[in-house]
Amino acid sequence: MKTDENKVMRLREAVEKYVTDGCHLSIGGFTLNRNPMAAVHEMIRQGKKDLHVYAHSNGQGVDELIGGGCVSRLEIAYGGTGKFMSTCIRFRKAVEEQTLMVEDYSNFQMTLRFLAGAMGVPFLPTRSSLGTDIIEKWGFSKSFRKENPRIPDEKLLVMDNPFDGWGDAQKVVLVPAINPDVTIIHVQTADVRGNCRMEGLTFADVEQAKASRVLIITCEDLVAEDYLKTEPDRNQIPFIHATAVVKVPFGAYPTACFRYYDYDPVYMKAYARAAHDDAAYQDFLAEMVFQHQTHTDLLDHVGRHRLESILAGRNCGYAKNLDRR
Amino acid sequence: MEYTLKELMTICAAREIKNGDIVFCGTGISMLAAMAAKNINAPQSVIFFETGAIDSELAHIPLAVADSRIMFHTSANGGLMDAFCTMQNPFVGQRVVGILGAAQIDIYGNLNSTVIGEYTAPEVRFSGSGGACDVASFVPRSIIFMKMEKRKFKKKLDYLTSPGYLDGPDGRKKAGLPPGGPDKVITDMGIMGFDPDTKKMILLGFFPGITPEQILDHMEFEIRTDQATEVPVPTETELTLLREKCDPQRLIL
Repeated sequence: MKTDENKVMRLREAVEKYVTDGCHLSIGGFTLNRNPMAAVHEMIRQGKKDLHVYAHSNGQGVDELIGGGCVSRLEIAYGGTGKFMSTCIRFRKAVEEQTLMVEDYSNFQMTLRFLAGAMGVPFLPTRSSLGTDIIEKWGFSKSFRKENPRIPDEKLLVMDNPFDGWGDAQKVVLVPAINPDVTIIHVQTADVRGNCRMEGLTFADVEQAKASRVLIITCEDLVAEDYLKTEPDRNQIPFIHATAVVKVPFGAYPTACFRYYDYDPVYMKAYARAAHDDAAYQDFLAEMVFQHQTHTDLLDHVGRHRLESILAGRNCGYAKNLDRR
Repeated sequence: MEYTLKELMTICAAREIKNGDIVFCGTGISMLAAMAAKNINAPQSVIFFETGAIDSELAHIPLAVADSRIMFHTSANGGLMDAFCTMQNPFVGQRVVGILGAAQIDIYGNLNSTVIGEYTAPEVRFSGSGGACDVASFVPRSIIFMKMEKRKFKKKLDYLTSPGYLDGPDGRKKAGLPPGGPDKVITDMGIMGFDPDTKKMILLGFFPGITPEQILDHMEFEIRTDQATEVPVPTETELTLLREKCDPQRLIL
């Protein structure tokens, strides 16, 4: 292995170096699965501020970033984690108290926006949202957009089909490309150069990773250079997109990681309870984030018993007997 | 056989699903309705999630559309791009039935799942579209779960997140949307459909013990009730399969 291709870093250093106040960030995963939670907690610990976050349905991670005071602007399709939080609670509070600027899109639109960024085109078309307020109502005003060179002047544009009805469509919606400064994803396996192998669903991680200037990968298993190349059909992101690689076992905890561990219902329920109250939430942050130096410290705090209860069966991919009531 | 309201609603939605349908599921009761259809009346229907899983076995109930339980024993595991392209696809997209829920609905079946109040200064903020607007835009048929309340059945939505028939029979065409729209609204008091000519909501069925007048009392707008009949109660087979095969741990029911 050539040493100049070794991108392995510590999480603290990677976040210090690449996530700067005010930067444009996206995180991988979906609602309560494979969010890069160790990195989210590290950003909160380091007191990152004024982030501009791009999300489709990145529930738990985005809600904790908002609750941690890291986010000023959010472009999002869905703020929720399913049964544990039908609407993300810190997200909801921040929007209602108007401490967070928010712009709404749909999940497909956000995915297309990342793909457009990854492809190097300014926009992509879809037929989604014609006739709706997603087109009509803007969270970022025209003047705010004009003043801010990092965001397009228009939220979305409706255009007559330039191929004149071809494809049975008279109109299309154009969604603007996104190129984040930093994307952080958590994967099952990465090698030291940053080749990635995900298991289960990939969500929009591949599009988000490739759209980004900097890609930080946290992984359950960190392997030597040749290991993933023996079965390349199973890899989704080649190392050329990667900037930093960090080994973080249970790095998606408390969200799930297919074939490794499930979400932790105890954490998710305690989070939802605390999130309703500002003081209780500060206590929760102190207990789960600020009192720890690293993610390993959080795992020690949670304890072996709880971590064992969420361990996934290698065949089914989740914890069959987990008490989720 | 005794049954709960939730069981009745789930079974009513399941009855709308046919063999060959590809069922787009959200979380909670919509997922359970898809599982019920597969176990009761439409074994050849296909369960499908916006996160990219298609034909999930669902040996255990998922609590979110990204739950690892939807990734087990599927026909293909992909991502969001695969899922939404499937719905916009001119061939297989035509087989997709969307199951949706919302905070507000209007007479044309348009849905709000974004805010109550002004968009930039909302009284209440909800989760937002997720994939709902995409599904409602693309697919020919959707089933909507709603709770009967005046503040939910609105003359005018605070925010139009997901398109139904927009402003009437030509609404979708004028806007440039593909044909399609909501087919049924399943509530905790009865079932609504949409008039084929006006595209306005009409009452099709009321649950045992409920009158059409009581339903109208829970809505801000008036709908026709002259075609409404009592909804058949769940059969013993339906209930047994729902309880034993779909949600034995009672996570949703």
